[in-house]
Amino acid sequence: MKIKADRDVCIGAGNCVLAAENVFDQDDDAIVVVLVESPDDEDAESARNAVGSCPSGALSIEET
Amino acid sequence: MASPVTPAQAPVLPLHMRRARFDPPAEMARIREQPGLAGVTTPLGRAAWLVTRYEDAREVLGDATRFSSAGLPVIPVPGTTPEEQRSGNLLMLDPPGHTRLRRLLTGEFTVKRIRRLEPRIAEIVADHLDAMEQAGPPADLVPDFALPVPSLVICELLGVPYADRADFHRRAAQQLDLTRPMEERGKVALESRAYMGELIDRAVAAPGEDMLGMLVREHGDDLTRTELVGIASLLLIAGHETTASMLAIGTLALLRHPEQAALLRDDPQVAAPAVEELMRYLSVVHSGVPRVATADTEVAGQAIGAGDVVVVSLPAADRDRALVEDPDRLDVGRAASHHVAFGHGVHHCLGAPLARMEMATAFPALLRRFPTLAPAMPFEDVEFRSASVVYGLRSLPVTW
Ligand code: HEM
Ligand code: SF4
Repeated sequence: MKIKADRDVCIGAGNCVLAAENVFDQDDDAIVVVLVESPDDEDAESARNAVGSCPSGALSIEET
Repeated sequence: MASPVTPAQAPVLPLHMRRARFDPPAEMARIREQPGLAGVTTPLGRAAWLVTRYEDAREVLGDATRFSSAGLPVIPVPGTTPEEQRSGNLLMLDPPGHTRLRRLLTGEFTVKRIRRLEPRIAEIVADHLDAMEQAGPPADLVPDFALPVPSLVICELLGVPYADRADFHRRAAQQLDLTRPMEERGKVALESRAYMGELIDRAVAAPGEDMLGMLVREHGDDLTRTELVGIASLLLIAGHETTASMLAIGTLALLRHPEQAALLRDDPQVAAPAVEELMRYLSVVHSGVPRVATADTEVAGQAIGAGDVVVVSLPAADRDRALVEDPDRLDVGRAASHHVAFGHGVHHCLGAPLARMEMATAFPALLRRFPTLAPAMPFEDVEFRSASVVYGLRSLPVTW
């Protein structure tokens, strides 16, 4: 899987960081930063959860 | 079961603000099962469409282009203009004006920034528990714990004198109280802005290390005074009333489900999911700002005309089987983080990381300090507060 984040759409709510701390972070303006583009199995579920809980629709997953 | 709505309030209370204690009214579940959308009347008497399903709620709240938050007129108040009343109030602005203000603020509410507050929040929680313990049972959980904890947190964060709390608590409660005449609520909102204006002027003269100081120092050139006042007023009111309601009604829900309370008390890992589940189960904000359709459109097959008002019931959406299995059961162990109790889309709660931290600290600390905590009155007599923008309890006498 490959994670994509649209930083122009992100509203900085931080839901993704809470759901998958190993995969997402926020910069100083709270905008999402993807730490791991292709999370391993261990983080895949929490990453999916994070994408689902994003309120702005900034995150998407490309299954590879 | 008796409705918590007292007869005096019933005629003015629209369906989406009615509750049966912890639950949305039974009628809401029936409407959710029917195709299309039902109609409802807003507290100000406008006919509106009522959205009750989870997917429909996400669709409406997630599309600020089709559904405006700036469409409804503000309550007219002599001595001010609608523009001034709206200014800086993120909730009533659409992109791109909304985006501009929101981006100035989000940096203050990152998960990382809020984590730095954790020790101080834990200390504030512990201080209030100490005071309750010293005074001995019974206590009223609302004035002794649920209200002061988030109030002190937001005061320190913003730089609002905590000594002024009696006044701003009263104003916040009155502003959100839908049983009061519109004019009165508008007038109180004006008082709130006047109070905040004084604090902003003080911050301009001598900016401190708090958020008001930061806003003035870093964004004093990009923001007008009325915008600063609007932002700060919203943060103060949204920052304490909502979390206070959750702490009070959330505690009552836990005490009614002792096995759930025990899980939360005994396992620190349960705190985060329990907060999400309590948020989902209780969804204390009835609906957020009513949206207005910007063009002819359609939701759930229902044609909606340009200018139509759309009300999204957050508790109804959060009790939809499309979100979780067995939605009417409180289950603090489940992962329910996709709820809409913090809203959805560009207006999703700015303070969510802070509110989550406060709740994840306060609930377990309360249950651990008083393992025998119990309501000090029959459940039937607990007074719920329904006719407010935020659902909650008027008081919660407890003993231990
Ligand atoms: C449990 C506590 C809370 C709940 C249930 C809650 C709920 C909500 C909801 C449902 C919305 C969206 C309203 C809409 O779409 O019309 C919202 C927005 C907002 N909340 Fe919260 N909130 C809570 C705590 C807080 C705290 C602690 C703060 C401030 C520090 C805060 C500040 C805001 C602000 C500024 C907005 C407007 C965001 C925007 O329009 O972009 N909230 N909140
Ligand atoms: S959850 Fe979505 S909106 Fe929030 S920070 Fe992450 S990407 Fe941005």
